[in-house]
Amino acid sequence: MFSIYITSFIVGGLICVIGQLLFDVAKLTPAHTLCILVVTGSVLDGLGLYEPLIDFAGTGATIPITSFGNALTHGALAEAEKHGLIGVLTGMFEVTSSGISAAILFGFIASFIFKPKGSV
Amino acid sequence: MDKEKYAKLEQEISPKAPLLKNVIKAFLVGGTICLIAQFIALFYMTFFDFTERTASNPTVATMIFISMLLTGFGVYKKIGQAGGAGGAVPITGFGNAVVSAAIEHKTEGFVLGVGSNIFKLAGSVIVFGVFSAFLVALIKTILVKMGVVSW
Repeated sequence: MFSIYITSFIVGGLICVIGQLLFDVAKLTPAHTLCILVVTGSVLDGLGLYEPLIDFAGTGATIPITSFGNALTHGALAEAEKHGLIGVLTGMFEVTSSGISAAILFGFIASFIFKPKGSV
Repeated sequence: MDKEKYAKLEQEISPKAPLLKNVIKAFLVGGTICLIAQFIALFYMTFFDFTERTASNPTVATMIFISMLLTGFGVYKKIGQAGGAGGAVPITGFGNAVVSAAIEHKTEGFVLGVGSNIFKLAGSVIVFGVFSAFLVALIKTILVKMGVVSW
């Protein structure tokens, strides 16, 4: 039970280390790095490897952006299992709706509350 | 001076990023964010009817809410500077990108400014995520139909 806190910290940290290496060693921009991580997460789910990682590390696997790719693929696959090929399209945002809707909602609310001050 | 020479010169002159230090900072900051999220997940599992698997949805939403506050008060910028990828890779970094774009374009109005620029920074992540998810799911579905792999 308590080991999940340790694995969460370590796995989450390691995914960020991969991101940092893409920044510093591969000299990629943050946007390119995040896109690579998202695609990686989606491919890992296609191979069936991301779910075991979530079981092992909890939020260490669900909080890094890789889980966004995983969730998109996972929703698409779950619908495809039920409805065939068309499910690939319709199921895409089934799992990850909370992240996108929260980002839009809170982003819009923030624009009411906060004033721009240079670069935030 | 040709392009290759310039790139070489630029590499020689620009200060070397302290790689090990950056990696350790990214590890600590990223790990800490995930650890905090694990406690939020525990909160949802204890006080609400969520299982370990379903708790990740409200946890992600809560993390983005926290990220909104930190971005608005200018704290997330410091986390990003200190942690590098440790601040950018977790979902809070995605939230930060959305929220900061929203606040930044407020002066251009809510429809033309906020509405159309809110995904200016985070949009590429969504586009590439959706496209790769589509390809992966399509390939896997076809392979399953052909009987090569199972769900």
